[in-house]
Amino acid sequence: MIGALILISLAFNIATGGLFLSPRNVFNITIQTVSVAIMATGMVFVIVTRHIDLSVGSILAFASAVAGVLQVRWLTQDLGLELGNPLIAPIAILGALLVGTLIGALNGWLAGYQNIPSFIVTLGGLLVWRNVAWYLTSGQTLGPLDRTLLIFGGAEGTLGPTWSWIVAVVAAAAAVLAIWNGRRNKARHGFPVKPAWAEVVLTVVIVGAILGFIAVLNAYLVPENKLKRIFEARGETMPEGYTAGYGLPISVLILIVVAIVMTVIARKTRFGRYIFATGGNPDAALLSGIDTRWLTVKVFALMGFMAGLSAVVAQARLQNHTNDIGFQDELRVIAAAVIGGTALAGGVGTIYGAILGAFIVQAIQSGMGMVGVDTPLQNIVVGLVLVVAVWIDGIYRKRLGVR
Amino acid sequence: MRAVDGVSIDLHPGEVVGLLGHNGAGKSTLIKILSGAYQADSGDILINGQKADIRSPADARRYNIETIYQTLALADNLDAASNLFLGRELVNRFGLVDDDAMEAETRKIMARLNPNFRKLKEPVSALSGGQRQSVAIARAVYFNARILIMDEPTAALGVHETAMVADLIKELKAQGLGIFLISHDTREMMDLCDRVSVMKNGKLVGSERVEDVTEDDILSMIILGKNPRREAA
Ligand SMILES: Nc1ncnc2c1ncn2[C@@H]1O[C@H](COP(=O)(O)OP(=O)(O)OP(=O)(O)O)[C@@H](O)[C@H]1O
Ligand SMILES: [Mg+2]
Repeated sequence: MIGALILISLAFNIATGGLFLSPRNVFNITIQTVSVAIMATGMVFVIVTRHIDLSVGSILAFASAVAGVLQVRWLTQDLGLELGNPLIAPIAILGALLVGTLIGALNGWLAGYQNIPSFIVTLGGLLVWRNVAWYLTSGQTLGPLDRTLLIFGGAEGTLGPTWSWIVAVVAAAAAVLAIWNGRRNKARHGFPVKPAWAEVVLTVVIVGAILGFIAVLNAYLVPENKLKRIFEARGETMPEGYTAGYGLPISVLILIVVAIVMTVIARKTRFGRYIFATGGNPDAALLSGIDTRWLTVKVFALMGFMAGLSAVVAQARLQNHTNDIGFQDELRVIAAAVIGGTALAGGVGTIYGAILGAFIVQAIQSGMGMVGVDTPLQNIVVGLVLVVAVWIDGIYRKRLGVR
Repeated sequence: MRAVDGVSIDLHPGEVVGLLGHNGAGKSTLIKILSGAYQADSGDILINGQKADIRSPADARRYNIETIYQTLALADNLDAASNLFLGRELVNRFGLVDDDAMEAETRKIMARLNPNFRKLKEPVSALSGGQRQSVAIARAVYFNARILIMDEPTAALGVHETAMVADLIKELKAQGLGIFLISHDTREMMDLCDRVSVMKNGKLVGSERVEDVTEDDILSMIILGKNPRREAA
């Protein structure tokens, strides 16, 4: 799948004469993908347990509406906090996360305890929540948003080159440590280990990818006008020839943290083990003493939490709340998870696959946009890619003899 | 419909009780009540003379009741170790599941049950019927059960593996476990059990000590639903 992403990127890069893989475009595609990618990690667990969540786009919209109303009305106009009060952003974020989690838990309760198919529950939710949001905001666009909150959107909040390099080095060191630790544990129990050279190659590739990605993001320079304004705001003048790279966006840092936490949950916690067991054989899970109904609530609540988090990222990136925020995101999120190898039959799926899937969908769409393909055809192609990806995956699995 | 109706069965420590009956007689349903998978509409479960409150499989495990289900109840997408420890994972000091420790334990127990077992890393969907059954048996005997329920544990096993399970049953019995064994093989049951109970259409036909009956007696209990010894008396 990494191969597919590289292939797509190189093809568009050639078609656009090198623009596609320019630092600026890589940066933009990355920050555009974050909110769908975050939700795709939650969708993996939902689909693995043989459920589906069609309401994520609408949950995002409602959570975003709540966060928006908190910022422009309730906290400021009603409670009288002055603009820019440092409490506004945290409260708005908590509001979005709470709303998302609660709606998710409600979905899970209806599907798990009341045995309503999740397809129906969340199809209903798809219609309900976006329109509840409409009533909450009277259909108005909410803005301008709190300045602190905007740093979660991407371009307005980046670590800058120095900190980006620090993150890169820490991440690379962690990867090396994890690989080395895994090998030592295996050896301690007397299990077979991969040949040393294979492990070294893997390590070099991973470290190279991390450092390369950060190098590209650091190479995207902040426009001169924007830098001038920053200096002016501080009451200084910009030195001649001063440049600064954007570096790693905070939203991407959030995605990385989400990816790590969700992967640990999937592979290393009982909760994750039970998610996969339930997806593989619900009866067996039940007979093993797993409370599969409560598990369903937790899985959907986690999905809702991710939708709430994505709401913050999405509204910060767009710099306001609009009624169509996250419109049709459920389709992109499900496509990302499925392209990433999550099986709708349940029991199979990976977090990194879903994130890669999100990047593939975004890369195809942006790339076609740059080449000048109009939106209807873009949608047609994305739709075809989804079907073909699952088709190829099926053939491939059959060849390997796995289910 | 009553799948099981007014059936009462005793089991003592160190005893193997066989449960026989035609297909659909209600054997699996009866033992699923004991293992917490189903709840009885009426009736009690007594353990050491005390009323046991078993409403879920987790409750049954708390009473040290382990079950090998006829359907095996394995998560096909997980490997042998994950299935063996499902619901009772070993965790490290951070509370994270310790796959390596579980794999090491699985290797140990499988070496005892089925020495030819090699596919530890693969999902159990990639195993043969007999290998899957070995995993289900390993899961039931690993956790120091006091009461072991085996619903047709050797149905998919080869001659050699069946003999190993028979040895295992004798060994566990010697350790003082009480075992409910379900099988359609009356020969095997005569050999392994201390007592046999026969069910027909959800009702108990009779319970007899194996010394007191012949294989033919058992067969006629299963087929005719009558107890020839009681009829004669
Ligand atoms: N989930 C179910 N829903 C409805 N009826 C069921 C269910 N499971 C079993 N039954 C019915 O209950 C009766 C007893 O079934 P049970 O599985 O206990 O039989 P058994 O004695 O174990 O048979 P076998 O030797 O085939 O395993 C049968 O008539 C069966 O049709
Ligand atoms: Mg049965």
